[in-house]
Amino acid sequence: MLDIRNLQVSVDGKAILKGIDLQVKAGEVHAIMGPNGSGKSTLVQLLAGREGYAARADAVLYQGAELLGMAAEERARQGIFLAFQYPVEIPGVANVYFLKAACNAIRRHRNLPELDAIDFLALIRSRLKLLGMDESLLYRPVNAGFSGGEKKRNEILQMAVLEPTLALLDESDSGLDIDALKVVAGGINALRSPQRAIVLVTHYQRLLDYVVPDRVHVLADGRIARSGDRQLAIELERTGYADTPAGHPAPPASRA
Amino acid sequence: MATESMQLEALISREYQHGFSTTLETDSVPIGLSEGVIRLISAKKEEPEFMLEWRLQAYRHWLTMSEPEWSTVHHPAIDYQAISYYSAPKARRDGPSSLADVDPELLRTYEKLGVPLEEREILSGVAVDAVFDSISVATTFKEKLGELGIIFCSFSEAVREQPELLKHYLGSVVPYTDNYFASLNSAVFSDGSFCYIPPGVHCPMELSTYFRINAINTGQFERTLIIADRDSYVSYLEGCTAPMRDENQLHAAVVELIALDNAQIRYATVQNWYPGDKEGKGGIYNFVTKRGECRGDNSKISWTQVETGSAITWKYPSVILKGDNSQGEFHSVALTNHYQQADTGTKMIHLGKNTRSNIVAKGISAGHGHNAYRGLVKMAKSAVGARNYSQCDSLLLGDKCAAHTFPYIEVKHPSARVEHEATTSRIGQEQLFYCQSRGLSAEDAVSIIVNGFCKEVFQELPMEFAVEAQKLLGVSLEGSIG
Ligand SMILES: Nc1ncnc2c1ncn2[C@@H]1O[C@H](COP(=O)(O)OP(=O)(O)OP(=O)(O)O)[C@@H](O)[C@H]1O
Ligand SMILES: [Mg+2]
Repeated sequence: MLDIRNLQVSVDGKAILKGIDLQVKAGEVHAIMGPNGSGKSTLVQLLAGREGYAARADAVLYQGAELLGMAAEERARQGIFLAFQYPVEIPGVANVYFLKAACNAIRRHRNLPELDAIDFLALIRSRLKLLGMDESLLYRPVNAGFSGGEKKRNEILQMAVLEPTLALLDESDSGLDIDALKVVAGGINALRSPQRAIVLVTHYQRLLDYVVPDRVHVLADGRIARSGDRQLAIELERTGYADTPAGHPAPPASRA
Repeated sequence: MATESMQLEALISREYQHGFSTTLETDSVPIGLSEGVIRLISAKKEEPEFMLEWRLQAYRHWLTMSEPEWSTVHHPAIDYQAISYYSAPKARRDGPSSLADVDPELLRTYEKLGVPLEEREILSGVAVDAVFDSISVATTFKEKLGELGIIFCSFSEAVREQPELLKHYLGSVVPYTDNYFASLNSAVFSDGSFCYIPPGVHCPMELSTYFRINAINTGQFERTLIIADRDSYVSYLEGCTAPMRDENQLHAAVVELIALDNAQIRYATVQNWYPGDKEGKGGIYNFVTKRGECRGDNSKISWTQVETGSAITWKYPSVILKGDNSQGEFHSVALTNHYQQADTGTKMIHLGKNTRSNIVAKGISAGHGHNAYRGLVKMAKSAVGARNYSQCDSLLLGDKCAAHTFPYIEVKHPSARVEHEATTSRIGQEQLFYCQSRGLSAEDAVSIIVNGFCKEVFQELPMEFAVEAQKLLGVSLEGSIG
């Protein structure tokens, strides 16, 4: 599903990712951990199509197609979804209106009929129920005035409505109370299927108790320093990142 | 960052969609301004003596005045002798007394503009008084309104048929001495709309005027007078377009509103005059005086404006809150793109006790656009317990545009309270990326963000016009992204 080879990213001349290799297959859940500032958000935002990075790689393939150079909305329409670490506020735009516009933009791309207000409301109500969210949230402006936890849940709600093929979740568990964590985990697990893949960025192995990953990677100083199974996360919880090796310098990437 | 500004660039540079002109036989007076020209205009309109006298007094006063220089707008000097002050499509017979008499070419123009001019449009519930250049071509729904005692007609007709109402109210809110452009208008005004709602009548439909400047080198000086008598209600909408021309055209209108005891007037404008091209060439100079007076107790006047057109907009729809407990409102969206300039805002003059005013001004600047909010809130000595709340928000697209806010506050009674809040924000890469990562095109993203920004104002518009305004905003910004 996702095949990243020797990805190097810099911003304003500062190298942030220094040669990432990562393969995620359909049906898998990968967790990415690592110290603050190691480049986790940079990686997932780049994959979602954020502008402003200088990126080079041998390949960044999603379902066999090269991602670098593809517009963000195009990636979204082809099934990539990013739950933001810091969801963005859009004052004056009702959450439900925003989601319906997004949902229909994606459906148009897939040659599906657009949902009218009634069908859409039925869809979103079922997702709200799944996430134990209050309907009033639909009519408030997107993320404006939402609590930290509400913002995170709102991201998961969007994911549940848009049903992506590749979900990139950037610290969707941060700042959640224990009940909310279970609900969010439930939302993520509901999306799991043999056709889909999920990449979770997290600092806490607690989330992984609920969403059990196939692989765990540690990103340190712009490189994947260690990879392993669930046990790695449990071990890190005990030891921290102090023992994580720095990794080797990457060879120059062939594609810009 | 580079991509963002490129996208904005593209979105900003969409073409004006009402830029066609119509070839009609016209009846114009020669260019230039003199007492002779004013007499000619008055004669052509078969006006009673009092009207001519008033025009001449205004003209003589205007000659003593000079153009205001205090606003932020810049333009080359206007040659008032190079303008034709009267241009009317030639009537087939004597004058268009019914739709059948109106030039079919003219009707086609209105069709292109989407103005519901024919009776079949009755379903849309809009009564339209359409003003093409200088004369009012047709007024729909007149009879139906007449049954309720509502007078809704062209200004010229009111001059001839309602002289008593006119003598009583004309110039009573905006005197001909008021300001340079209002004086000019008072001298040469060509046509416009007149509306009188009798006591206790709730006007059952939206009344609407549609203005269009067609003839070349023509100024449009329309005048609107709306009187809501005791316990009455009226909602009024004005829309404007003009063809694309390289020369700048002058539009200097005057609107007067009068609300008596317990009456309410809602006045909404969607202004889409030709803004000039991408380099700032051509476009309408929109210098307008709009003022309402809450003359009676418990009366209410609200202005809502969506200003997307014109090369230069200079207007301050205002309310004089004279009656006790009266209320004034101003809701505004002003968008400037390319080289457009807007200096707009409001004046709320509190005279009566416990008067209330509320101001919501939203400025959107894109391209090299300049947008200034200028607002005066004045609490007179008599304004015991008066309150004002003002909120001015600016949204910037790109980094070559500008927004300014100039609030003026005068409080003469200690019990009066004035609150002012202002914000400036920029559509950032963050918001755009967030929308795009949900599958929305950059263009739709900007449109959604901008419409969200304007929501409070659009809510004040009648439903069908709110939809229109949203589209217009989209069109005015489209092309800057993608
Ligand atoms: N636009 C930018 N300009 C300059 N530096 C940037 C930019 N974006 C990211 N960085 C830097 O890149 C590094 C990686 O940031 P990133 O947000 O990817 O870290 P992270 O692993 O997600 O951290 P956290 O765990 O705190 O969320 C940081 O040092 C950050 O300051
Ligand atoms: Mg991060």
